[in-house]
Amino acid sequence: MLVLDRVSKTYPNGVHALGGVSVAVELGEIVAVIGGSGCGKSTLLRAISGLDPASEGTVVLDGERITAPHEKIGIIFQEPRLLPWLKVADNVGFGIVDRPKPERAERVGAALKRVGLADKAAVWPRELSGGQAQRVAIARALVPRPEILLLDEPFSALDAFTRTDLQDHLLDLWADLKPTLLMVTHDVDEAIVLADRVMVMCPRPGRIFDEIDVDLPRPRDRQSAAFDFVKRRVLVALDRSLNRAATVADGETKTEAGAAMWW
Amino acid sequence: MSLVGMTIAAEGTAAEPQRAASKTWTRLTRPLLGLAVPVALAAAWEFIVRMGWASGRLAPPPSVIFNEFVDLARTGDLQSNTLVTLGRVAAGFAFGVTVATILGAAAGYSPLVRRLLDPSLQALRAIPSIAWVPLFVLWLGIFEASKITLIAVGVFFPVYLGVMGAIQSVDRKLVEVGRAFRLSDLAMVRRILLPAVLPAYVIALRSGLGLGWMFVAAAELLGASQGLGYLLLDGQQLGKPAEIVAAIVAFAIVGKATDWLIVLTAAPFLRWEDVARQD
Repeated sequence: MLVLDRVSKTYPNGVHALGGVSVAVELGEIVAVIGGSGCGKSTLLRAISGLDPASEGTVVLDGERITAPHEKIGIIFQEPRLLPWLKVADNVGFGIVDRPKPERAERVGAALKRVGLADKAAVWPRELSGGQAQRVAIARALVPRPEILLLDEPFSALDAFTRTDLQDHLLDLWADLKPTLLMVTHDVDEAIVLADRVMVMCPRPGRIFDEIDVDLPRPRDRQSAAFDFVKRRVLVALDRSLNRAATVADGETKTEAGAAMWW
Repeated sequence: MSLVGMTIAAEGTAAEPQRAASKTWTRLTRPLLGLAVPVALAAAWEFIVRMGWASGRLAPPPSVIFNEFVDLARTGDLQSNTLVTLGRVAAGFAFGVTVATILGAAAGYSPLVRRLLDPSLQALRAIPSIAWVPLFVLWLGIFEASKITLIAVGVFFPVYLGVMGAIQSVDRKLVEVGRAFRLSDLAMVRRILLPAVLPAYVIALRSGLGLGWMFVAAAELLGASQGLGYLLLDGQQLGKPAEIVAAIVAFAIVGKATDWLIVLTAAPFLRWEDVARQD
């Protein structure tokens, strides 16, 4: 279980990016974090991952405090960040080089098959398309079997078709070992398709504004009325989160239309 | 498919064998283009001397130089001197590159090491390397050790700067991948930083090698009884300009060959590069 207790982050230049975030995430849960720009969602993710530890508050995973990257935590970034001098198979096996060769080959092979790129094992990263590269990055993150996988807007750089494709793919992969997924996204559809819970953050300073449970059975139909209903709830929460922030910062309320434009 | 599309496709197929043929032609003629200018100049000079418009005494025409070359080769002087010089460059290069890579990597990766070492090294770099010769001769004698050390010093600085600069400019995003996988400092350098800097490293090696050749000429000119630089001196002292030019030509050929060797050896390790144009 992942427990965040009043996690705050202030950058050296004085920017108060996170102002006390407290959340509990169960094992195997999928949580989406969504919010307007500048609400600290990436900062939150990086604090959990240990790459950019929080200035205040604690991140605790299974009773252990996280202050630096941990073997139970995998992370996928917005760009695939494949190492260009390693072929796809070597990239995928990057996290398990200490394992014996046959085990490595087997696990890498299985992961590549799982993401549908078994035929690309001996290819250079520069020869892959954006979607393919991101799939390799996912395989790379999953091979060490992390308990929790953090995803920082993993599909935002891809076109709409590839995005929906990879969303379904991710659910598929998740069904294998059911790691906990904590995903930052700015795509509301994506959040509702994937998550059990959607957390809406508001900016200045970043904190959780609202939490919406998505109680729909999987696989979820993006066109269904139930989906639409949840989507509406999330959108309203997003709007309100920005209105609220506007009131706090400037002391004057902005209309919804104004907020929509602004965001 | 639109009409336009079909036309383009048809044109494409018709042009294919033509394009392939012209591609082979360019691949063969491209290296020759590099020879065009020097060959033209040499031919012009030969012509001028043959016509009697210039004496060709101090600046011998290509035919005289070629004869000198053949003479030196026949007596074995060319080969033995070339090998001596090559041996000095190889030894100096090996030492210089080893020390430069270690220090450059350390200074590139650790701010502490950089602050400790870099100021001193930059100060040393400012000293014209030839100024080291008297000191090295006093310390290490007039034989191989001082020459090889001079060459090593010449090779050191471009490689050190290249490695250090390259490591500092490695993409932060890739370094973060290393951090996310919890690589130790040594593993970070070995698995991420050094492969990332390999293209820049090869360039630094080539500059270092170039300087190595420059310094072997200097070291041999300043006191040697063997080597291509010695041939330069011998030609000067005996008034044989053809010998000097022949030695210069030998320098150029062997120097280019060693550079080409680096490029060839490194090529298989750089196949991954995502560059706009492949040579």
